[in-house]
Amino acid sequence: MAEATAYQVIGTRPVRPDGADKVTGRAIYGADVRMPGMLHGKVLRSPHAHARIKSIDTSKAEALPGVKAVVTHKDLPEAPDKIANLGEGAVNLKFLSNNVLAQEKALYRGHAIAAVAAINVHVAEEAVNLIEVEYEVLPPVLTTPEAMQEGAPMLHAGMTTTSLGEKTDRESNVASHYRFTLGDVAEGFKQADLVIEREFDTATVHQGYIEPHNATAMWNEEGHVTIWTSTQGAFVVQKQSSEVLGIPVSQVSVIPAEIGGGFGGKIPVYLEPVAALLSRKTGHPVKLVMSRIEEFESTGPTPGSRLKVKMGATRDGRVVAAEASLAFEAGAFPGSPVGPGGMCIFAPYSFPNMQVDGYDVVVNKPKTTAYRAPGATNAAFASETIMDEFAEQLGIDPLQLRVMNGAKEGDRRVDGPTHPQIGFLETVHAALEHEHYNTPLEGPNRGRGVASGFWFNVGLQSSVVINVNSDGTVSLVEGSTDIGGTRASIAMQAAEVLGIPYESVRPTVAGTDGVGYTDVTGGSRTTFATGYAAYEAANDVVRQMKERLAERWSNEQEEGADALSAEDVTYSGGVFGCSKGADKAVSFQEMAELMPRTGGPISGRATVQPRGVGGAFATHIVDVEVDPDTGKVSILRYTAVQDVGKAIHPSYVEGQIQGGVTQGIGWALNETYMYREDGNMSNASFLDYRMPTCLDLPMIDAVLVEVPNPGHPFGVRGVGEVPIVPPPAAVANAIYRATGKRMTDLPMSPGYVLDKMRA
Amino acid sequence: MQTFDYVAAQTVDEAVSLLASKGDQARVLAGGTDLIVQLREGRRQLETVVDVKKIPEANVLSYDAQNGLHLGAAVACHRIYNDPVISKTYPGLMDAFTLIGGIQIQGRASVGGNLCNSSPAADSTPTLIAHRTMCVIAGPNGQRVVPVEQFCTAPGRNVLENGEFLLSLRVPAPPNNFGAHYLRFIPRNEMDIAVVGVGSSLMLGDDKSTVTDARIALGAVAPTPLVAVEAAAALVGKPISDDTIAAAASAAASIARPIDDMRGTVQQRIHLTGVLTRRTLQGALSRARGES
Amino acid sequence: MATRIHVQTTLNGEAAEFLCDSRQSLLEVLRDDLGFTGTKEGCSNGNCGACSLQIDGVLVDSCLVLAAEVDGKSVNTIEGLASPAQLHPLQQKFLEHAALQCGICTPGFIMAAKALLEKNPKPTEHEVRYWLAGNLCRCTGYDKIVRAVLDAAESMEASA
Ligand SMILES: Cc1cc2nc3c(=O)[nH]c(=O)nc-3n(C[C@H](O)[C@H](O)[C@H](O)COP(=O)(O)OP(=O)(O)OC[C@H]3O[C@@H](n4cnc5c(N)ncnc54)[C@H](O)[C@@H]3O)c2cc1C
Ligand code: FES
Ligand code: FES
Repeated sequence: MAEATAYQVIGTRPVRPDGADKVTGRAIYGADVRMPGMLHGKVLRSPHAHARIKSIDTSKAEALPGVKAVVTHKDLPEAPDKIANLGEGAVNLKFLSNNVLAQEKALYRGHAIAAVAAINVHVAEEAVNLIEVEYEVLPPVLTTPEAMQEGAPMLHAGMTTTSLGEKTDRESNVASHYRFTLGDVAEGFKQADLVIEREFDTATVHQGYIEPHNATAMWNEEGHVTIWTSTQGAFVVQKQSSEVLGIPVSQVSVIPAEIGGGFGGKIPVYLEPVAALLSRKTGHPVKLVMSRIEEFESTGPTPGSRLKVKMGATRDGRVVAAEASLAFEAGAFPGSPVGPGGMCIFAPYSFPNMQVDGYDVVVNKPKTTAYRAPGATNAAFASETIMDEFAEQLGIDPLQLRVMNGAKEGDRRVDGPTHPQIGFLETVHAALEHEHYNTPLEGPNRGRGVASGFWFNVGLQSSVVINVNSDGTVSLVEGSTDIGGTRASIAMQAAEVLGIPYESVRPTVAGTDGVGYTDVTGGSRTTFATGYAAYEAANDVVRQMKERLAERWSNEQEEGADALSAEDVTYSGGVFGCSKGADKAVSFQEMAELMPRTGGPISGRATVQPRGVGGAFATHIVDVEVDPDTGKVSILRYTAVQDVGKAIHPSYVEGQIQGGVTQGIGWALNETYMYREDGNMSNASFLDYRMPTCLDLPMIDAVLVEVPNPGHPFGVRGVGEVPIVPPPAAVANAIYRATGKRMTDLPMSPGYVLDKMRA
Repeated sequence: MQTFDYVAAQTVDEAVSLLASKGDQARVLAGGTDLIVQLREGRRQLETVVDVKKIPEANVLSYDAQNGLHLGAAVACHRIYNDPVISKTYPGLMDAFTLIGGIQIQGRASVGGNLCNSSPAADSTPTLIAHRTMCVIAGPNGQRVVPVEQFCTAPGRNVLENGEFLLSLRVPAPPNNFGAHYLRFIPRNEMDIAVVGVGSSLMLGDDKSTVTDARIALGAVAPTPLVAVEAAAALVGKPISDDTIAAAASAAASIARPIDDMRGTVQQRIHLTGVLTRRTLQGALSRARGES
Repeated sequence: MATRIHVQTTLNGEAAEFLCDSRQSLLEVLRDDLGFTGTKEGCSNGNCGACSLQIDGVLVDSCLVLAAEVDGKSVNTIEGLASPAQLHPLQQKFLEHAALQCGICTPGFIMAAKALLEKNPKPTEHEVRYWLAGNLCRCTGYDKIVRAVLDAAESMEASA
């Protein structure tokens, strides 16, 4: 197992294999795809947040010179009203199809209505403006309280609430309601000396990847569709596209281009089926690229939410009861991450009595999709704020309070599972001991806050093939698109097993025709699961080499000697030896040269569906300064402590943490979808949707605590998601210490903080 | 984007006659950081775009103590603040020119364009007002000069008549004991549009205390930049003090008549007007005293 | 209908000419017509810096430049930065510091940082952050980008 092992490759910081291409501009991202005869498409989008589509007249657009085709929902087959599992969650196919091109109703501003293919993007844009759509404008519902009200306008006629797993006949915008219970909260509250109950409100926020969605498709004469796209998962695009287009998966090939960020936002299909339809109509490859406005208005943000949380503690700091009610905006179609939010909200703690109710509510906003630890950040904002209030009111250090209540191996989560070996307390202790926490924060209007967070991570399915080259290097083929250096972290795990230098492993990300099924790069699973597959595939290579050497050495033996088996062949330090008799030494490279004479090429393969996923915990410390005149919050210092299992490539682990923290700070301070009453977004640009720039941040200190995950051969845990969870609460707690005011809403923009201070 | 004719005018006359013949179907292109965005988003549709960057008079950048600063309307911000003499002479202008957009925007954005776009939130306008800048306008009837505080007439509108364009700006040389400062409030630290912007200037007597002249201009709190006359009057003729500054700040806040929008609320903007007036006066004071 | 415009320019040191529509941005012509796809597009309205390049040495967002405007000018893109023999020190340091994750912002950051170091070979951390504020990165939190630029400045200084 992991601990005591001295690794050769793991834990080092080599340059990534795709690095040179990415710093020179040579790497091909989705929007860089160019093809002979390629046409350019553009999508017409609804100007209304809620409207019935009475008619669509495309004749003027079709008549414009340079226009080659126009498509609407009529060009899609009728989608069945059935749930399909699409990798990172179940999706109703009818909803998926209606999101790609609206059928009867436009359900949010930016909902796709029709699309055009033309000789260039300007002509396509002109044509889109010539499409005449007659709408019956309906009143929009934009927030969960509005949508949950009796008599609220319904998005989906006849939709009824599924409550506690049962379909009810209650017609409502509440798609579903669940409840998790552990212990008895009513009893728990009786034991409490201090009970705090608060309501919280968090704004809709966007993943904010810099590369817009794109897709290029070619539907050939034999009915085969090839799609080039920037996606978190080629197979998931294949599956969704085939379902929406009504053709078998075998008729869809997806070739993943380099991808410019996703964070969960590049799992659903938006453009791929549309590009395919346009290609079928025109016989040409068609490329579609979104504008930034389309990104904000039409692609999955993560939900705004209303949270009601009540917690009770004893005088000596034991939290004895915790109760939460979470209402999440699903957007136009059901499927918010309110489930994971409820699973994560109290997960860092071993509270004896807990109950969580969750509501998935449709509103006239774009369909929400995953965003880094989906649901967990919203939830932790509430629970971690109340933990801070306990600490303050009970006179206990906030980190000590977490030590007193922290979850350990064997403790049960509210949703049922018990924690395996986890490193939550280790993160709290590391934070307690960190120089940052032990350096007094001086100066007026300043405050220090802490908060913790949890994300379970996922495993799912991955495939890897390793082909041995005659010079002793290997080519590794995997299906996980590389969004942040995973080619490196996967290749490193293979190199470690193979006992060869990292540089001798050449990783390639293949499409659906080039590698076995692999789920999305998401859920913090790639280095864990695809890395696991690389580990297995590398072992498969070593096993085959051992078998060959056993046979070869057996043949070389004197007459009558016992034949050697693979078990008799050892492999360490890059050299094969024999544990029986003769003194043998064959290096990996020599073995590679021997391949043609020992049975031909060697190819190791593995497909995995690892179960031993290790959850990740983080504890963050932040110092802020609040301008008393303006309410503007400056981040002075930030330290993020995280249990990372085993850091394969520490630089990229730190990078995940620093990036997650930055997104969390953006969520905390300024990011928000601002809506006018008619449901139109007023800030759909990077100028007014204010993500942090480098001038808004200090260096972010990532502290790696390594508590190995027993479910992975090297101890890997997913690291990408949990760092976004604590920041909003940590910043809110720091603002409290600076101003004496509790923040209950996100974002804590200057105007909001100023109002709180002046209240 | 709609298609249009692109013409790089070489002379003032060429630009004027093109603009005159096309009326509101033509517009000037300087750095394009407003115009190209507007065209791309379909907020503006034009037949002709007249690039004025090749017209020598729109490209002048000169300073001398007699005539002050002569700033061609098409000169991009980076050229101005990279001029060591000018940037040292007009720190109160540089406050604004160094914060429009980011470095890339400043590589293109002109002060003339900022003014002619006539957004109430334009960063350079309040400080140009505080510096008593004059606008030189070229048109079919030759040139005319308009004080900068009279230039903007409504959001996106200004005094330019058909066929006219802004040729250059003239900023007086700063007299002795003069100091100016511009500040805006934004939620981020860069790349943001002002929630409120205030430009202030002060001139002190030889005692370096008595205010002999003051000017305060407010951005983003009304349809056009406002000159806070009463606020300035609260300072002039008196020794400067925290009290006079506070009086000026509240006088400035009292004339703000902002709107609620995605960048800020009415209350917040009125409050910030007072805060920024105070802070810019303090900044202008220390510059007037040669302390910074 | 506007006629096509003939533009003569210098692209990464080599003479280049092209025909364009007035409404085409420099970014569009580079990417779609000339095949220089190293310059990236993130927003097309000057807000993200992914399309950063230099015109006559001045750093600009190419999405906010009409292609027709570069007639007679010299354009430098990310493709012109490395020599056949080796990467530019900024490129090298971005790799060593793991200053890119998805990499879509990287060409823009490197071009912006190059312009900074030409003007200010020894920037402070604050100066780096101020200069790069027009470039958005959503992956890295900027920490490693800032370190890479500071380190590149040092190594360029040392070898100068
Ligand atoms: C990302 C981004 C950030 C920005 N940040 C800021 C900011 O912080 N502060 C701020 O104030 N602005 C900001 N702006 C707006 C813009 O950059 C400025 O207004 C800039 O100064 C405009 O100058 P320009 O040369 O680019 O003008 P252009 O876009 O060329 O022109 C602007 C308008 O003025 C007209 N015009 C230009 N020159 C003349 C002339 N000589 N005579 C007559 N009409 C003329 C044009 O026809 C057009 O209508 C930002 C813009 C972007 C894209
Ligand atoms: S694409 Fe030009 S700045 Fe974003
Ligand atoms: S590395 Fe992905 S945006 Fe910067």
